[in-house]
Amino acid sequence: MRRTFQILLAAAGMFFAAPLFAQLTVPEITYDSAPNLLKLPDNIYMGEAVGVATNSKGHIYVFTRTGSTNVTTGTNRAFVRSSSRLFEFDQTGKFVREMGQGLYGFIFAHAVRVDPQDNIWVIDEGSDMVIKFDPEGHVIMTMGRKPEAIRVPAAMPMAAPMPMMQGGNAAGGPGGPMREGPGMMMGGQREGGAMAMGPAREAPTGAGAPGDNFDRPTDVAWDAAGNIFVADGYNNSRVAKFDKDGKYIKSWGSRGTQPSQFHTVHSIATDAKGNVYVGDRENRRIQVFDNDGNFKSMYINVGAPWAICITPGQHQYLYSSNSNGTADMDNGEIYKMELDGKILGKFGSAGKQLKEFGSVHEMDCRNPNEVYVGELTNWRVQKLTLHP
Amino acid sequence: MKRFSIVVAFSAMVLFTSSLFAQERNNVPPPATAFATAPEIPYDSAGANYLKFPAGLYLGEAMGVARNSKGQILVYTRSGEATRLFQFDSEGNYQREIGQGLYGFAMAHGVRIDSQDNIWAVDEGTDMVIKFNPEGRVMMLLGRRPEYGEGLIATPANNAVPPPAVPYRFGRPTDIAWDAQGNIFISDGYTNSRVVKYDKWGKFIKSVGTRGTEPSQFNTPHSIQTDANGNVYVADRGNRRIQVLSNDLTLRAIYDHVGSPWAVCITPGPHQYLYSSNSNPDNNNSNVAAVTGEIYKMELDGTVLGKFGKAGKLAKEFTTVHAMDCRNPNEIMTAEITGWRVQKITLHPQAAAK
Repeated sequence: MRRTFQILLAAAGMFFAAPLFAQLTVPEITYDSAPNLLKLPDNIYMGEAVGVATNSKGHIYVFTRTGSTNVTTGTNRAFVRSSSRLFEFDQTGKFVREMGQGLYGFIFAHAVRVDPQDNIWVIDEGSDMVIKFDPEGHVIMTMGRKPEAIRVPAAMPMAAPMPMMQGGNAAGGPGGPMREGPGMMMGGQREGGAMAMGPAREAPTGAGAPGDNFDRPTDVAWDAAGNIFVADGYNNSRVAKFDKDGKYIKSWGSRGTQPSQFHTVHSIATDAKGNVYVGDRENRRIQVFDNDGNFKSMYINVGAPWAICITPGQHQYLYSSNSNGTADMDNGEIYKMELDGKILGKFGSAGKQLKEFGSVHEMDCRNPNEVYVGELTNWRVQKLTLHP
Repeated sequence: MKRFSIVVAFSAMVLFTSSLFAQERNNVPPPATAFATAPEIPYDSAGANYLKFPAGLYLGEAMGVARNSKGQILVYTRSGEATRLFQFDSEGNYQREIGQGLYGFAMAHGVRIDSQDNIWAVDEGTDMVIKFNPEGRVMMLLGRRPEYGEGLIATPANNAVPPPAVPYRFGRPTDIAWDAQGNIFISDGYTNSRVVKYDKWGKFIKSVGTRGTEPSQFNTPHSIQTDANGNVYVADRGNRRIQVLSNDLTLRAIYDHVGSPWAVCITPGPHQYLYSSNSNPDNNNSNVAAVTGEIYKMELDGTVLGKFGKAGKLAKEFTTVHAMDCRNPNEIMTAEITGWRVQKITLHPQAAAK
């Protein structure tokens, strides 16, 4: 049985490899970017623009990693707050307001999405929470729970000599070749767990543990009935389905490379029929499931899907961003596809200039020819007008 | 057996501690080679409180200072919850703060202003270089702040080999310079021990250097400047030398006669000068302070023209100069770590010539 499966997989691999060559002839879609799209007040700054979404009026929401994470010690535990902020702009890019100032669940932003009723949903991978705001900005539903205290992971200090006369090398950290990716977060001990300056977090289990709580969730989507699909996430490697009231229904997936397994489920979207599309980033594929989580298909010819987006309307399109890593300037192009995976065109590349991308982390495609991109390393949002 | 190991550990500790004391006493470097012969340049200071703050606002360690074409003064300081960037007018009056709560601000190290008056901050806490336009909005970023969940990352010991540098990440970067084409040169830094060159849009071109004492190696490249021909001057602080590199980072010369270069600055104009500060250390070791603290004025070829200043806490003395601005060759702004201040120094080199 197992061998049969492997053969099937190999055959599938050959089948899927074919479009790889076709990719060489993917047409370029021309596009423009509006300079200085978002106008912030003088004393407010964007950080990493990990999340961007628009509502039905064209207002733009940006969920950003900014400020500094504060670790407060209390008795024997460490408590963490801040560094995620949620900003709202009007359709012209004028700053409207900040939402959720000092919110308990705002630690390390990951994504924001707006549902058909214009509710704003944010996913925070630091607090392990999905938080639903109504259009006025009130919190009306929470999913998951912020750990009471958080371990402070610390590499053991290398044997360092006493600080020398030159000052300098006393404390701090080098920027190793880290890349946004799995296995870099605190893990393990949670509620009431002792804060410790000790060996780093435990390795993520990737167990796909079922239930209501998340482990570094990444994204959210809804079907027409309002069922909620949460991409969960860096550490748990599953997709979780809840009903519209937040009641847990089921989940599927675990860490791995087989179909229905994930290695960083990083972005999620649904089509009008309720099929679920999952950006399975490190596995460099988009997996498609039916509404109950049954595997249907996968698209392996569009690179690493950091961000995916499905347009509304009669004819739906699927956008997927093969974003550059945070420590390289490779790739960066965004693909436009039919829902069945057929590539229609691509646009963009990695870089720091206008029209170039710095690790696109989320896209909004409410209007199919007007794509908003939130960029991790360029700390900005661009509004791209496509001329397909 | 257990007791034995305790004894061993204890005696090892004693040995270690006593050798540390010895090190403390003996770790006083000789004066800079040029110290005895360099003529004194007369100078004045506009005072230890040159910068005028509104009530309730304070400077912390003054790590970076730079002036723009209008004479406005930018100061990058370790202060408040993290790190702050302040702007003053040309008279030292407070104007505004830039980058409040910025994600890239954690541990200030340097600020420089390019020929278009863009402001570049180098932060060794977030491993980032942040470019602001003259209005104070973020225009471009180099490097990336480690993610919150990554926690603390160990710093390799001074005598250890750090992990290899990668093109788009820094290891506690220290300073920035540009050539006439806008190419970017970063001294990187406490951990990476290299100089890295990017084009004006931040695309990696090349880098040179690892930690060490050989030519083209660095032991904390701490400050960096270019001349009009695009040559790159690197203050190799721990090695007590300035290394001069060509525009493609090939070694051209080494100046090792002006002590430990904490800060270097090259003046604009047709005749360029090189200033280098042999700063007194920031650990307040008064034995070392006695033989450091002076700033040298040089020709670009390393010929010493004169020196001024000494370590001390009074005005006209220096409390660990960490950065200099020399847009006007006879008006030096110094940013000082341990004294939490910026001084405006006016030089009178003609008087020295008499």
